[in-house]
Formats: sequence, structure tokens, C-alpha cells
Amino acid sequence: MPSDEDEMLQAMGLQRIDDLFADIPAAVRIPKIDLPDGLPELTVVRHVTSLLSANRTMAEMPTFLGGGLYDHFVPASVRAITSRSEFYTAYTPYQPELSQGLLQALWEYQSLICELTGMDAANTSMYDASTALGEAARMAHRIHGGNVFLVPRALRHNRKAVLANYLNGTGVEAREVDYDRGTGMLDLTKLEAALSPAVCGVYVENPNFLGRFEEQLAEIRALTGAVFVVGVNPIAQAVVRPPGDFGADIVIGEGQSLGTAVNCGGPLLGIFACRQEHVRKMPGRVIGLTRDVKGHRAFCMTLQTREQHIRREKAMSNICTNESLLAVAAAAFVAVQGSNGLRRLAAENIRRAKELAASIDKISGFTAPVFNGAHFNEFVVRYKGDYSAVHRGLLARGVHGGLSLARQLPELSDSALFATTERQKADDVNRLLQALEAVA
Amino acid sequence: MSFRQAYWDEPLLLEKRSAPDDRVDVADLVPPNLRRERLGIPNLPEHEVVRHYTRLSQMNFGIDTGFYPLGSCTMKFNPKFTEELAALPAVARMHPDQDEATMQGALRLLYELQDMLARIAGMDAVTLQPAAGAQGEYTGLLLAQAYHRDRGEERHQVILPDTAHGTNFASAGMLGFEIVEIPSKDGRVDLKALEAAAGEKTLAFMLTNPNTLGIFEDRVLDIAEVVHDAGGLLYYDGANFNAILGRTSPGKMNFDIVHFNLHKTFTTPHGGGGPGAGPVGVRGPLEPFLPVPVIGLDGRGYHLNYDRPKSIGKVRAWYGNFALLVRAYAYILRMGADGLREVSDHAVLNANYVRHRLQGVLDVPFGGLRKHEFVASAAKLASRGVRTVDLAKRLMDFGYHPPTVYFPHLVEEALMIEPTETETMETLDGFVDALTKIVGESPETLHGAPHNTSVARVDEVQAARDPILSWRTAKARGST
Repeated sequence: MPSDEDEMLQAMGLQRIDDLFADIPAAVRIPKIDLPDGLPELTVVRHVTSLLSANRTMAEMPTFLGGGLYDHFVPASVRAITSRSEFYTAYTPYQPELSQGLLQALWEYQSLICELTGMDAANTSMYDASTALGEAARMAHRIHGGNVFLVPRALRHNRKAVLANYLNGTGVEAREVDYDRGTGMLDLTKLEAALSPAVCGVYVENPNFLGRFEEQLAEIRALTGAVFVVGVNPIAQAVVRPPGDFGADIVIGEGQSLGTAVNCGGPLLGIFACRQEHVRKMPGRVIGLTRDVKGHRAFCMTLQTREQHIRREKAMSNICTNESLLAVAAAAFVAVQGSNGLRRLAAENIRRAKELAASIDKISGFTAPVFNGAHFNEFVVRYKGDYSAVHRGLLARGVHGGLSLARQLPELSDSALFATTERQKADDVNRLLQALEAVA
Repeated sequence: MSFRQAYWDEPLLLEKRSAPDDRVDVADLVPPNLRRERLGIPNLPEHEVVRHYTRLSQMNFGIDTGFYPLGSCTMKFNPKFTEELAALPAVARMHPDQDEATMQGALRLLYELQDMLARIAGMDAVTLQPAAGAQGEYTGLLLAQAYHRDRGEERHQVILPDTAHGTNFASAGMLGFEIVEIPSKDGRVDLKALEAAAGEKTLAFMLTNPNTLGIFEDRVLDIAEVVHDAGGLLYYDGANFNAILGRTSPGKMNFDIVHFNLHKTFTTPHGGGGPGAGPVGVRGPLEPFLPVPVIGLDGRGYHLNYDRPKSIGKVRAWYGNFALLVRAYAYILRMGADGLREVSDHAVLNANYVRHRLQGVLDVPFGGLRKHEFVASAAKLASRGVRTVDLAKRLMDFGYHPPTVYFPHLVEEALMIEPTETETMETLDGFVDALTKIVGESPETLHGAPHNTSVARVDEVQAARDPILSWRTAKARGST
């Protein structure tokens, strides 16, 4: 029997595959790619596994890093759901009749995000929280017109850096508002001084980068008529009043905590939600509720005239491929937990951080938490000397400490941000405390 | 082939009967003015949640379900072994802020993948940071801007052919650049129009080759000369890379910047819309501007270098979609130079075969060979009241995902067909037979399609007129 290749070539009256490339001029041809030839699956699996074994994972080494990404436990059912290949091998649901399952799952994700945040509408995802912030600033500018966007000075540096690029070409300038050195919350006097008619938007995070709950959302809303953008931790939202209650216009956040592994920083899930009045100015894919011609409830992508493939250079954003599968994971995670599970999880994370801070504070040479008031799952620890020595000492004892703040905020160069989740065992915490005692 | 998709009258999660809320006291944990006492999310047994999603998945179509010739999207089979690798704790349970000494495996993989992509594209350096193709374009344009500025030049015009992807326009538009669109001639870039458009304001010309008609731009070196003579940069949109692996490269074609769509060419699954990954490769003179951190290697091992004074900064947090990069790395090793060339061989063979068999059934404007895809037109059916959308909807009844429709805009009633290399002749013949049968069907049958999918034709106009994007809004409107 002839091979597919032979038969197809013959049908077209061609002799060889090379005939199909006759339109590529000789001047641009290459003999072959400068790589070795292919390897059997088993060899590749062995190679990649062996190469990655040089990593020290959070499973092997008690690790107290947060700073935007958190090592929460992911129930097996979440991965079982996202491993359904009808979901993970699909493209964007351009054809709604064939894609109702994914469309309903994404519409439910939007609905769950709205329940958590108190917003009316959400998109199906941005790349991560940093790009969600960049898009939120651009949207604030579209809504308001002003050319200044205020952000906390105590904002993680990678978010500031991404924001700067997303504002390139808009004429909007990001300005920083300092935090209160005692509470770690936004300094409202400084905010008031920074406000002007040119301010198109004000961004705050709750909890903020320093782990502190931002307790002044109502006061901040009252100070400004600009677009109010609030960054959230979706798990904290289970026990914290939603930004919608405080008059927020846009809510963003990092959704990785909801059912996705930390994955060395990607893929991540940018949460993006807003009030109904702003939906036509929102970036990204959205799923709408509608009917089919027989009157059945149905879902489809909608408001596509905001998007790049229709509106081209006038689009709200260039985003096309997003993080849909992680949105499905987030919805599945929330569904598996339910209100009860999510509220317990949030409470446990607050309690653990509180207890860990108190334990660290008892060790001579350390102060924790540095800022007064309630924290979510992370807090700042100050050391009496050079923190980098503590970091190295912990690593030498098989423990990974928090995120050094030296690169983030110079006044906290002797400090680090320590995070905890439900995933750490009592023994992990004991190892940290013993190691801190030893290096102090 | 006959096909009938499952239909479950599946309620929304939020409509399901919930177990009672437990009292979770957070009085000593959350400040009073922030304290929330109730969350409107149902408490459901795990098995009910799993059933819910299993039923939804049965109302969805993926590559594993069937043929998915969605033009420009390269919907090839995703090998399963890369899923297992991406789920290893050495991937999943790594925090990106870990000390470099504890992530040598991850950094080595990234370093080697950069090198592999650079070799494939004929470029000098690669960043893995962009999260998707469109973000790769955005990054590439930022790099071009930084490069020109460093030479004391402020250029703000981006030239695009009328066949360009919508994201090219949107990426340039987001940066406030002026767009100069040039018309095609015989399905290729019109060199005269390009010469007229290129000048001292030209930041870059963005081109995908083969273009979105599946036609190879055979005068690409002349195009490069025009752009470079004007002082501009030539940008390669990598969406169509699947057509040229091992035959040519963006470097060999004198491009300066290229983005890759790893979820297309290098088969990381598309996840129903994402995640993807959009690394960017550049020539040496653009290397100093790459996003931070750059992964370096010295006597002490692999490290993250932030000390890059000319860098554009960051386009997303951390280093890129790592779990996707692991899949692409494994795929490239598995295929190798010989296997990647076969990828393009068969992608091009399949596209030309389907086109050959469809001649006489539908019009295919522009003569000559195609690469990985081609664009047919259903314009001649208009006199019978049949449009491309009807063909697309009817194809579903036979178990095929429709092609991309109504793109590119210069072809009337367009169907953009990209079979990919992982399909057999048997599948391709089945598709062509179905499309041939459909074209002969009555307008009534076609207008009523699809008949065999979970739901019938969906009213997209209604959805956009009064957008209901959440359960809260639906309840408020009384339209659940």
C-alpha cells in the first residue's frame, strides 16, 4: 500500500515533497536547522526529568515565599477537570455551537469572580496581575481622560515595571503615593496631596504588597472621583468585603492562588472585573449570556467589536491568547471549596501568618510583623543586621526564607516578606524557627 | 462521518442546591470595617462538581475530539508526554523568587530553550518572557522603539500589509504608533507600495511569511532591503512558522525581530484560549534592549541578570509561562532538526492536498503553491443565499471544527483552512467530502445548521446588545 505522502503527491502530480517548496528562493533556503536530530519519548522524559532534578522544590525545602504567588494546595479534582482534553486541547471558542461547555465554564468563572469582588462583569483573563494592572490603567484613562495614574509606592517592583511599559505611548504617567510607616497602609495625607483633576485613576491593593489589609477603601473612594482600581487576593475575598461595596470601578488580581500551581512564575491568571457601566471599555475576551434559535440558554463570546480582530488599532487591547484554562481551574477550585471551604482557607491563612509572625518576633534580633494591624498570609520581618546573611544561613539549613525587600524598597533593605499558606506542615515551621534562632 | 454532540441541560454551578453555610468566625482575624460574613458561592459535594465539568467537557470540541483546521491557529495534536513533564513537582512547585542556587534546573532549561529557538529562527538572542503571540509583538515593537531611540531616532510609523493579523494593528496601536497599511498585489506585498510607504518615520514593517493567504513572499529579500534602506526594522510575525521549519528561517530572510507562538508551532496545547507563550528573538544589535532578567551562564552556574541599563524593563511578571516553556523544550528535543523539517513537510503537503481536492468545489483565489494554509472563497454561493457562515455551521454536523472564517479581509466570504501536519489523508479526504456535499445542499438545510451540536445556532447579536457577563447581572435583569 502506498503511503499517505506518496498518494497525496501523486494526486497533485508531484514527484517529491521538495516540489512543494519550489516557491522559496534559493537565496533564503537553509540546508537544515542547526540542532541535533530527534530523540525517542523515553529518552526525552529521562533527560528533562534529570535536568530538572537540579531544582530544589518547595516540596523538598520549607519555603516562605509569597510576594504575589502562593503555594496553596490544589485538590486533585481541579487537575482532573482541567485535564479533560475537550477543554485543554480546544482553541478560543469562536464557534459557540460547538463550544458550549467551555463557554459555560468561562461564564461561570466570570460570575464567580463577580461574587468574590462585588463587580458586575469580568473578562475571561489577562496574562497575570501585572498586565491586568497595566490594562486597568489604560482603561482608567479611556474612562476619565486624565493623564496621571496613582499607584502605591509599596507596590511590587515587577508590577511597576510592567505598568511603565503598558503606559508607553498613552501619555499617562504613573505616580507613586507613599505608605504609612506605622501601619503599612496607604498614607492618605500623601494621597490627598497627589490628587488633582489630571488623575484618571487610583490603584490600591487589599491586602497590599506588605501583607497588610488596606482598611481605608471607603476613605480613599471618598477622596476622589477618579476611576478607583482595587487589587485583590481572591482567597482573602472570602472573608473580606468586596471592593464593589466600597465603590470600586475596576478590580484586578492574581488568580494563581485559585487552583494553579506556582509553576516558577507562569502561566498565571490575571483577574479583571468592572462595573456594568464600563464593560464596553474593558479589555479582553468576555462571554455573554444569550439564547439559541430554539430558545435554549446559550453562551457566546461577545462585545468582540472591542477586540483586535475587529477593531484592529482602535481595539481596547491587543490581547488574543489569554489564560482561559487557568480561569476554568479557578472556577473549579472555587466550586470544589464552596463558601465553607474558601472561608476556612482564608481564615487559616490569616491565623497561620499571625502565629508565625508572633513566633518569629520572639526570636532575638527579629521583629515581626513590622507593620501594625491585620495581615493576610504574609508580613514583613525586620532583622537587626544584614538580611542577606540570614537568607544564606537559612538556605544552608535547608530552609528558604522570605523575599528580601532590598531590591523593592530601600528603607526595608534589612527586611524580608515572609509568607505562609495552609500547605506548610508544623515541622516546616519548626525548621524555619530553629534555623532563624541559629543564624540570629 | 456522522456526529452528534452531547447535550446536558446542565444548570449553572450557582443554580445548584447548596449545603448550608457553616459559621466561620473571623472576628479576631479581619478588621471590622472589612469583615465579610457571607459569600454567595454554593457548597457542593466534590462529585457533583466533577460531574458538572465532565458534562460541560462533553459539550466541547478539542483537537482530541476531531479535525480542527482553524487557519492561522495551527491546531495540531498535542503530544501527551509533555503534559506529564509539565506537572512534575520540579516544575509546578518552584517559586520564581527562589534563590538562583535552588533553581539551576529551571534556569538551565530556559537557557537551552532560548538557544534552541535562536537556532531555529536564525536569530542571535531570545527572551522567553512574553505570555502570548500578541504580547510578543508588543515586546518586539518596544524593542524596536528602544533601538531607534538609542540611535537618537524617534520613529513612529509601523507599516502593515492588508493581510496582517489583527493583533499586529492592535499591538502597534496600543503603543500609539501610526499605522500605514499597504495593499497586496496578487496576494503578496506590493513592493512599489512598500517603497512609497517606507521612509525616515518607519519604525518597522511587520510581516508574516508565508502570509495569511498561505503564500510565500518570495521577494522577501527585496522587502528587507527596502525596509532597511529606510532605516526601519523588519518584524517577523511567527504565527505561520509551522510552514518553514528547516527550509528557511527569519534570520536567513533578513528579519530583525521575530516572535514565536509556542502554542502553535511547538504544540503546547491552547487551553481553550490560553495559556500560550510568545518568546521573541532578535539580532545582535537589539540584544541590549531585551526584557530583564536575562538568563546568563558563568563559572558559578546559571543566573538571572537584572543589570541591563538599556533594557526595556518587563512586559509581565517573572520569566514567562514556564510550564509551557517546559513542554516546548521537550517537544523540540523529541522532534529534533529532522523531525521539525518533517513537520513543515507534512503541514505543507496536507494544505496543498486539501486545496487541490477542493478545486472546483470552492474558489481559491491566487494561483501557485501554498504553504501551511490556504484561503478559499464561498462568494459564488451568494446567489443561492448561502454564505460562508452557513458552510461553517454545517461542517459541525459532520464532526469538523470549521476553518477560520471572514479572514483575511481581502478575500470575500473567506474560509482559511490550515490542516496541520498531524492529520492523515483519510481525515483530509473525509473533510473534503463533507465540504463538497455541503456545498451541494439546499439553502434551507444550511441556514438551519448546525443540527447535531449541543445547541442550535446561537444569537450573538442579542448577546452584544445587552451584555450579561455574570450571574449577578443576569439576576438583576431577571434574565436567567
